This record gives sequence, C-alpha cells and structure tokens, in this order.
Amino acid sequence: MSRIPTICPFCGCGCNFYLMVDGGHVIGVEPNPANPVNRGMLCAKGWNCHEFVQSPDRLKLPLIRKDGELVESTWDEALDLVCTRLKDLGEKHGPDSLGFLSSAKVTNEENYLFMKMARGVFKTNNVDHCARL
Amino acid sequence: MAGLAAAFGSGAMTNSISEFEDADLFLVTGSNTTAQHPLIGSRIINAVEKGAKLILIDPREIPLAPFATLHLKQNIGTDVAVLNAMMNFIIQEECYDKEFVEARTEGFDALKASVARYTPKVSEMITGIKASDLNRAATMYAKADKAMLVYAMGITQHTTGTDNVKSCANLAMLTGHVGRSSTGVNPLRGQNNVQGACDMGGLPGVFTGYQRVNDGAVKKKFEDAWGISGLDDKPGLTITGMIAAAHRGDLKALYIMGENPLMSDPDVTHVERSLSNLDFLVVQDIFLSETAALADVVLPAACFAEKEGTYTNTERRVQLSRKAVSPPGQARADWEIVAEVCKRCGLAADYRSPGEIMNEINKLTPSYAGITYSRLSSGYGLSWPCPNTDHPGTPYLHRDQFTKGKGSFLPCDFKPVSEVPDEEYDFTLTTGRVYFQYHTGTMTRRVDLLEREAPEPLVEMNPEDAKKLGIRNSDMVEVSSRRGSITLKAEVTDRVPRRVLFTTFHFHEAQVNLLTNPVHDPIAEIPEYKGCAVKVRRCS
Repeated sequence: MSRIPTICPFCGCGCNFYLMVDGGHVIGVEPNPANPVNRGMLCAKGWNCHEFVQSPDRLKLPLIRKDGELVESTWDEALDLVCTRLKDLGEKHGPDSLGFLSSAKVTNEENYLFMKMARGVFKTNNVDHCARL
Repeated sequence: MAGLAAAFGSGAMTNSISEFEDADLFLVTGSNTTAQHPLIGSRIINAVEKGAKLILIDPREIPLAPFATLHLKQNIGTDVAVLNAMMNFIIQEECYDKEFVEARTEGFDALKASVARYTPKVSEMITGIKASDLNRAATMYAKADKAMLVYAMGITQHTTGTDNVKSCANLAMLTGHVGRSSTGVNPLRGQNNVQGACDMGGLPGVFTGYQRVNDGAVKKKFEDAWGISGLDDKPGLTITGMIAAAHRGDLKALYIMGENPLMSDPDVTHVERSLSNLDFLVVQDIFLSETAALADVVLPAACFAEKEGTYTNTERRVQLSRKAVSPPGQARADWEIVAEVCKRCGLAADYRSPGEIMNEINKLTPSYAGITYSRLSSGYGLSWPCPNTDHPGTPYLHRDQFTKGKGSFLPCDFKPVSEVPDEEYDFTLTTGRVYFQYHTGTMTRRVDLLEREAPEPLVEMNPEDAKKLGIRNSDMVEVSSRRGSITLKAEVTDRVPRRVLFTTFHFHEAQVNLLTNPVHDPIAEIPEYKGCAVKVRRCS
C-alpha cells in the first residue's frame, strides 16, 4: 500500500491528506497531523472524498453529439472537432464570439494553460470562472 | 474581490488560517463557517473556548450561533446599514484608531460624513437590530486588540456585494484592525482553487498575478514569452456577460472546463436557453453534469487524485498535490487536454509535466516567482507574495503599508435588495449550503455517507409562518418566484426568522436556481443569490 500526499477537492480551506492506494485503487484517506492547515483533522466531506473518484458514473471516453445524441468517440476526432469549430467560429464572427470558462476546481497549472489557450490561441479575453457563484 | 482590491490593493484574505487561534475577537458575517469551511469553523470555536469573543451578524441561527457573544440578526440585504451604523457609533464615541487612520488611510472625512446619516434610529429601522446591540458590537470590535473580520458569500452574493465588502474594509481600517498577525479582513473562498483560478488569470481583465491585460508592458511580456503577437488588450466578458451574450446570439461558442453553470447560475431557465443558443459548446468534466449533457463535445477529465498540480487555498497558500491513481478509461488530466488543443491550433505547448508549466508561471508572475516545485516538495506550501526562491512566503498582508500604498475609505450608502417582497411574493428566499453536501452536488452526492446524512432538499421555514399557512414539518411545499417554481419538503424551524425561507443549491431534484434573481452587482457581477421574493404553499 502507498500513501500519496494530495489536497482536498472541496472547499477553500485546502486541507491536506494522504490518499491510501492499494492495487491501483484509492481505499482511504489519512490526514497528516503535522500539516499546519488542518493539523490531522478533516470534515465529513474530506474523510469521504475518495468515494466519488471511483464512481461508476465517471466519464471514460470523449463524447460527440451526432444526430442529437452524445455518442462515444476517439480523442483524435473530439479534439479535431473542438479545434476546427472554435477556429472557424472565431474567424467568421470575431474572437469575441468565443467564451472560455475556467475552473475553481482544477490546478493552478491547468488554469494558467486554459487562459493561455483563450488569450494566446483564440485571441479573446472572454475568460472567467465561477468564483462569483 | 473587487471591493477589497479597491480599498487595500489586494482582494485576498489578509491573514493565514493558523492565526485564527490567537485572535481576541471575531466578527463573522455572511459565512456559515462550520458548514462551508469546517476546519476554519473549528479554529474559531477553539479560539472562543480559549476566551476569544465572537460577534455574529447573520439572519439565521447557524451552528456558530451558540458560541457567539453577540448575535445580530439583520434584515436580509441590510449589511451596509449595519456596518455604517457601527462605524458611526465608533466615530461618535471617538474610539477609532486615529493614528492608523492618519498614517495609513485616505478619505476619512468623506467616510465620516457618509456614515453620520446612520443614526441609531435610522439603522434600527433599516436593519431590524436594536441600536443598543449595534453599539455594543461596535464597541467590542473597536476595542479588541486582535480582531479578525471574516466573511463569505453572504456578503458578496448581493446586488450590493461590492458595497458590502467595501464597508467591511472601511470598518477594519477605521479601527486599525488590518496588517497585523491575527488581525485583518478575511474573505473565505468557496472552492478549493478559487484563489488559484483568480491568481492564474482566469478572469477577463488580468493575466497571472493580477497583471492587467490593458497594460502595454504586461501585454508585451506575455507576447514575448508565448512567442506570439496580437494579444487582445481590452478586458473580456465575465461569466454573467457571456451568458447574456449567448442569449443575444453574440457569443457563438463556449468551452467550459470543470464547471456546472446549469446548476450554479441564477435563473437557470435563462442559462439553459442561452447555452442552447450557442453554435458550439464544449464541456470538459469528470461526470456528465447537467451542463455537459447539453454539450456538442464532452471531454473526460482526470480528477484531483489522478494528476499532479498545485492548488492555492483561501489563505493564499500554494500546495502541491501528487498523482495517486490513474484516471478511468481514456480520461486525461485537464492540462494534457488543453495543451493538446493549443498544439493542434499551432501554439507551442510541449509540457512534459505540470512542473514545467509552473516554471513558466514563476517567470511571468512576480507574486509566484519563488513558488517552485522543488520548494513545494518539502514542507507545507508557500503563501504568496513570494517574490524569489529565498523568500519564506507571506502569512499576512499589508504589514507596513497596503498593497496599493494608502488604504482608501470607500463610503457606501444602503440600497435594499433588488426584489423586495410584495403582496403576492411575500417571502424572502435566501440560499446557501449544508455541512454534508458541496456546491452542485456532482461529487458529494455520489458519496454514500454524505447522502445518508443529507439525502434530499429541504426548505427552512419559521414555525409561525408555517402555522399560518397550515404547513407541518416534512410537508411537501411549492416555492415559486417570478421565474419558476420547485417542490420540496418543509423543515419547520426557528433557525430562520419570520418571512424568510432558506434552502441550498446542492440538489437537482429541487433546483433553487430556477427561482433566484439574475440581477447582479454592477462591479463584481456576482448574482443576488441571498435574497429574492417568493411565495410558498402546501402541496395538496
């Protein structure tokens, strides 16, 4: 079994804990008493946060809408469609016809890259996230 | 954030979580801390048990209430009047911090003139709080040595949210309660990386570290670093603006990463119409959320346990999270997906790891310059500003001067909520969260224990109102606003005052955001979730 240090995915406290991993599965959560943020404590959400990770409802394949229905596709097809459509719409209607919603739940590096994409690739400052909500 | 940035030069929490335990007094308003930030809530309770005082300003009997020295239950949306009345009393009694006001702030005379209108009589009438209680709270706060003002969405989610925040900042500066250890103004951020998303430029007007898009030198720096030209130098649209533009047909495509606006935004009927109006919608998420179900393309993402990266918590502490397991099926980390889109569209993005992305952030962001993976690998994170790799990080802000130099008093006048109750819609509905669920429920509703404890939506209603309407505990009721209606169980409780209903936005079975009013604060564009007019009846 291994113990991997991670940060709780819920509120802004930023509690630390180890995910207990056995055979490629997360089997539990163990907070570190030495950590100054949560000092070995967690709330009910934190203690149980490994459960949704392994939910059978997780998305496993890209989906594309065809004839009104979302159907499974390959990464190549999905990413090509995203790039082509965004580029076409941006060229036809101008960069500000595109919008990008970043996330208060993903990492700093991912937020950075997402805003780099919006600004650097698609040349729009229509980029926000849901801190307001 | 806009309000605090205007007053202090930075919109972030001024203190760190560890400092809570040494405060002498807390003024908590618009934060159900034990439910939304449980580990900070427990710090407050620990401090109170060691002798600290707690002033609570909240219309509801929240779990912190039994620990409060003084609990002021204001009429919903009257926060500016409450804070102005306190400031007026403090100035009248001359117990403000004259030295601090003189040396570190500007605009005192205008503040004094503005709050003078909030006499005990006027304030009592607006806020519903007895003047003697307001005065007592004012004196306790002003005279405390180390006082922490703590707020969350109960302050910001109003049409007057920016004014509410400015008033909090005014009160703290007036009493000199900012810029010291265990002394400051602390907005608690709701999600695990709200602070980071803001810091990283996930906002329409700024790049990383709040560097403005309309500053020519900043624009050039980013163009050079990214090897491109032609970055746009006018601020873009907020989420609220994008939804409106989609509705008008001006916005043609939207790429949403890890958000669920179809549950979280006000007046979701309007949001759904707007999203359906788009030519192209991409949603990148870990579950098929309500929003993803509308998309043209859905990209499966890795969750926190399945990738490496840093998160910045509410106290500005940047912490490194490691990869514990592989994502399910073909799901990929968000950074890998976005890098792939960049590459396919011709922008260099050959990152082998999140650490390489952080190197780029370090170079472009003065406040993050010293926050490197090698430093984060040992210890427990670093709080920005951290300008170089020898810097220990900054637990509390504004020590010798405010980020912007002198702090600005920004006086505000009371304005009522935009939709006040009338004869037909005779209740005020306010929304929030419960301890066992989180946000739109996509994660917590898939956890058995949490579902056992909070399995269904409830609407809290005062016993006197319930009696009048013939509603008993656990009866099904219909709650309607001008925008929609939902059906859910009544919880008859004196936690809520008369004529007020409270429910949460966790449950898709009774989406409270069908009811909420999409009006928003003119500056921060935060919607008024905390007050709209509704009517209620028992379902037959």
